[in-house]
Amino acid sequence: MAKIASFGAYIPLFRLSRQEMANAWGVPAVPGERSVANADEDSLTMAVAAGSDCLAGIDLSTIDGVFFATTTAPYDEKQCAGVIAAALDLRTDINTADFTGSLRAATTALRAAADAVDSGSARSILVVAADCRLGEPESMWEQLLGDGAGAVLIAKQGPATLRGFNSTAGEQVGAWRRSEDRYVRSFEAKAETRYGYLQSAVQAGKTVLDKESVDPGDLAKAVITAGDPRSQGAVAGSLGVDGGKLQDSLFMSVGNPGVPLVLMMLAGALEQAKAGDKLLVINNGDGADAFLVELAEDFAPAAGRKALTGHLLQKRNLPSYTAYASFRKLMKREDIDPRGSAVTYWRDVNIVLRFHGGRCTNCGAVLYPIPRVCEECATKDQIEEIKLAKTGSVYTFTLDHLEAGKYVNVPVPRLVLDLEGGGRVFLSMTDGDPQEVEIGMSAEIVFRCLHEGSSFHNYYWKCRPVPEAIS
Amino acid sequence: MGSIKDKTAIMGVGCTRFGELWEKDAEDLIVDAAFEAMDDAGVTPDDIEATWVGNLYDFTGLSGSVAAEPLKLFGKPTTRVENFCASGMDAFRNACFAVASGAYDVVMACGVEKLMDVGGSGLPVDMGHPVMRGASAPAMFALLATRCFHEYGWTREDLARVAVKNHKNGALHPKAHFRRPITLETAANAPMIAWPLGRFDSCGMSDGAAALIITRPEIAKKSKHKHDYAVTKANALAMNSFLPMYRASFDWLGFPATQAAAKQAYAEAGITNPAEEIDLAEVHDCFTITEILNIQDLQFCERGEGAKFVREGHADVDGQVAINPSGGLKCFGHPIGATGCRMLCEVTKQIQGRAEGAQVKNARLGMGHNLGGPGSVSSVTILGLPE
Repeated sequence: MAKIASFGAYIPLFRLSRQEMANAWGVPAVPGERSVANADEDSLTMAVAAGSDCLAGIDLSTIDGVFFATTTAPYDEKQCAGVIAAALDLRTDINTADFTGSLRAATTALRAAADAVDSGSARSILVVAADCRLGEPESMWEQLLGDGAGAVLIAKQGPATLRGFNSTAGEQVGAWRRSEDRYVRSFEAKAETRYGYLQSAVQAGKTVLDKESVDPGDLAKAVITAGDPRSQGAVAGSLGVDGGKLQDSLFMSVGNPGVPLVLMMLAGALEQAKAGDKLLVINNGDGADAFLVELAEDFAPAAGRKALTGHLLQKRNLPSYTAYASFRKLMKREDIDPRGSAVTYWRDVNIVLRFHGGRCTNCGAVLYPIPRVCEECATKDQIEEIKLAKTGSVYTFTLDHLEAGKYVNVPVPRLVLDLEGGGRVFLSMTDGDPQEVEIGMSAEIVFRCLHEGSSFHNYYWKCRPVPEAIS
Repeated sequence: MGSIKDKTAIMGVGCTRFGELWEKDAEDLIVDAAFEAMDDAGVTPDDIEATWVGNLYDFTGLSGSVAAEPLKLFGKPTTRVENFCASGMDAFRNACFAVASGAYDVVMACGVEKLMDVGGSGLPVDMGHPVMRGASAPAMFALLATRCFHEYGWTREDLARVAVKNHKNGALHPKAHFRRPITLETAANAPMIAWPLGRFDSCGMSDGAAALIITRPEIAKKSKHKHDYAVTKANALAMNSFLPMYRASFDWLGFPATQAAAKQAYAEAGITNPAEEIDLAEVHDCFTITEILNIQDLQFCERGEGAKFVREGHADVDGQVAINPSGGLKCFGHPIGATGCRMLCEVTKQIQGRAEGAQVKNARLGMGHNLGGPGSVSSVTILGLPE
């Protein structure tokens, strides 16, 4: 039976207090705060971050597929999973697919991955989910939603077994966005909760417990996704699950991130789980999916994996609603129009997406981008392609007020970085305060969208100060 | 290897006023500069056998037509030379070699750029790649300032001193873009463009054109300037990495391209002690930090001593080596393709003792220096009096 071999999560660094959002509009505030993706982040870049977190310490050559689940794919026509696989530097002879259209897409993808592993068509598949949904300005949705990503690695081997998959197809309109809608819409929340969410979730959960003959009292944790804590409690109550065993729905800290919520909560549960624990997972959206996770052994801590807790602990407060509005492009601004080239982008995929450099086999110099003739010893075609590190330190920098010929008030730090293990790169900094940059500062390299030149998403890498965990 | 030393002569020079020349187009500028140069040389367009024109941006000019069309140089060769900020000086270098070869007797080197018609502030550095991009020109040069501050302890005040000096010089030149002296406080407290470079650390965006008529000394001897023509002592150009920000061995404390071009030029001219032998240098002060580094890279002082050289007044008009007596790019302006030619016009007039701005006393040997891309190319030309 398919196993969970690893898990990961990603939460954007920025949080905005709901009070701040409410103040901007003069409306009542929901308690807590929400996460806000930076202007250069989208579902695809967040999926890369969560995927990378999940694959920390994993041999990348063993990954046979990437399934990406979202309702906010940056492309309607063009697969995202393939871009994610390239940015994660995975093999090219793998199965990639996007799962979309429903808030339940993450568990649909997870089940498809488990079936593929069970059938023997794949050894391991990375399931990664991300969303960056928009609530209408001034509406409660705007306060309730959050941005984030989660991931699990489904494989033949792993500490946790997946059992008793069950799905219900309960048709309720729920929340929706038509293809022309920018903001999440909903009809009558009370009716939807009572007849849609509660019925589907309870039915799916009950079937799993019955089928696997598990007493709710034996569960270590219940991962039940819900738009609000009260509904989550109602499902638990109907199933006879003690409220103390409910995995935190992230309502106060992140908001409802949509599709990735189930994987983010699962990551949070697996961080704490011990050998012998049984976890019930119920995910909701146009019906419900439920399954059981049983740990045969503890998950060994993976160096570099921040999972859910690590990401919750690193944050910066967004100073204002205006910053949020700017990040989400709620106001029409003049576009800058840099040049894009789909051909160059394709030809340089190993340099651009896979972040490969070269090492001169004659003189040992680490070179980026990969040249034909070595920049140090001028030897021709003796460059071996290598993977570059994603961390480095600042050699020199500037705080640039000019962006494509336009003066900007908040400067963009441009950093010359010496990479760990060799090589030097020049990247713009994101997520950080320009005033904190100094020579020698450690930075980590993150996947972001640089610009929309030639009307496609020109993804590349930026860097950010290594975030410190808040205490 | 052969040498260009004393083989070519400057018959005449011409230069427009530099600045925000809204009412003039590239045709006006190149016609004004070229005809001023031809008048100065005492020749007519019919006498010009071949032309090289420096021009960088494709939005300000196109191919050989940049010069051939406005000047109607039909039936003869004209070549556009594009080599970043050294475009104009490289046009001069190519023209010199053509004359020295004997293929032509009288040729023209000129340069023009019309930046005002494009709009935007600051020059974009487009590396031609959709995502591996350069930053703005100020940002690229700021990377050096940051590292130098770290290594040498230089400050924004050291940079400001360069701006103050060049504004003082530029204020005296009727053709300079900026003609107002500034104080150290003004320069040091100016708004940031790319930290640590502020507004007064950056040269302006200017329009302009300049031209030189070049021949061999035996012809110059019989020309209008037969008693005071200048000759080429050295004509050097060196390339370096276009991607220094990706190169681990690039120390951001100077420009190897300038160091290499200077070495070539001094060998060609037979100069062994540049600070003693050279009277003035028009160097590429696109930013204040660049001027300080140029002073070191051109061997006027030791590495790390550039800021001190300026602080102690050695770069003043009456100092050891007058650096940018015209006001430099900083104040005279920097229409890219024109700059190299403009510098050589200035150096020629200084040597002839007819400088339009601050005159360096007893100037006998002068230098023009360009750097561009941001450190991809450097050209060094040394002009002097005939033997």
